[in-house]
Amino acid sequence: MAVPKRKMSRSNTRARRSQWKAAPITLVTCDRCKSQKLPHTACPTCGTYAKRQVLDA
Amino acid sequence: MPTPSKGPRLASSPSHERLMLANLATALFEHGAITTTEARAKRVQPLAERMITFAKRGDLHARRQVMTVIRDKSVVHLLFTEVGPRFATRPGGYTRITRIGPRKGDNAPMAVIELCEPLAEQAVAEATAATRRAARERAAAVTPAAVPAATATADAADVAAADAPAAVEVPVEAPAVAEPTAESTEDATVEDATPAEAVDVAAQAPTAEATEAQAAEDADRA
Repeated sequence: MAVPKRKMSRSNTRARRSQWKAAPITLVTCDRCKSQKLPHTACPTCGTYAKRQVLDA
Repeated sequence: MPTPSKGPRLASSPSHERLMLANLATALFEHGAITTTEARAKRVQPLAERMITFAKRGDLHARRQVMTVIRDKSVVHLLFTEVGPRFATRPGGYTRITRIGPRKGDNAPMAVIELCEPLAEQAVAEATAATRRAARERAAAVTPAAVPAATATADAADVAAADAPAAVEVPVEAPAVAEPTAESTEDATVEDATPAEAVDVAAQAPTAEATEAQAAEDADRA
């Protein structure tokens, strides 16, 4: 089985990990309650989607 | 008929998937709407709609075909007697999937799958909820305008009421000096007629505002 010949240096490890980045999620404003919510998803605050009550609020 | 899904089955095996989807469809027809993962909702949708098509046909053969999927006879009866006739005029598209965001715990995307034509009592409940929401939104729009108006009219009423008894007491022919109402001031002299009317109008305006505000609050509480 192929195995690494050398221990990876701290520099290389950190250079690789410098590319781990968190991206901000896209949010839209709810039509009814004006709170931020995921797009194409029922609003978790007021429980509506397209003016239709989906969740028990 | 939708195309068969490609890729791996849900659950652990094809038979497990069939059983799981049958259980989901049974729960959907029993309750009208169920919350499940998005993948399961998408996979159960064609099965459920096929069952409703059988229910709309309504003959014995269709019933036996549905019985191979939905094992609960009471749910099949419900499907053929109540669910099927509701969709008589709808050419397909009997169910609706709404995404409701990720689940706490495993971050699985969740969804609500529901029948597009709700049961009668569910429709009534939804209508009353919509009416209540509309009333609340209207009250929220009215309240900022109504409060200053009510305070203004109340102030005017206070001023007019403070003036009226003094005006009544001056003439001798005033019948009820101790009771400074609009009726008593009407009998007074001509100079008193103007403040009396002011009192009358001002007294009516705040009560109307108060009853409207009270009605809005009642609607909110109901």
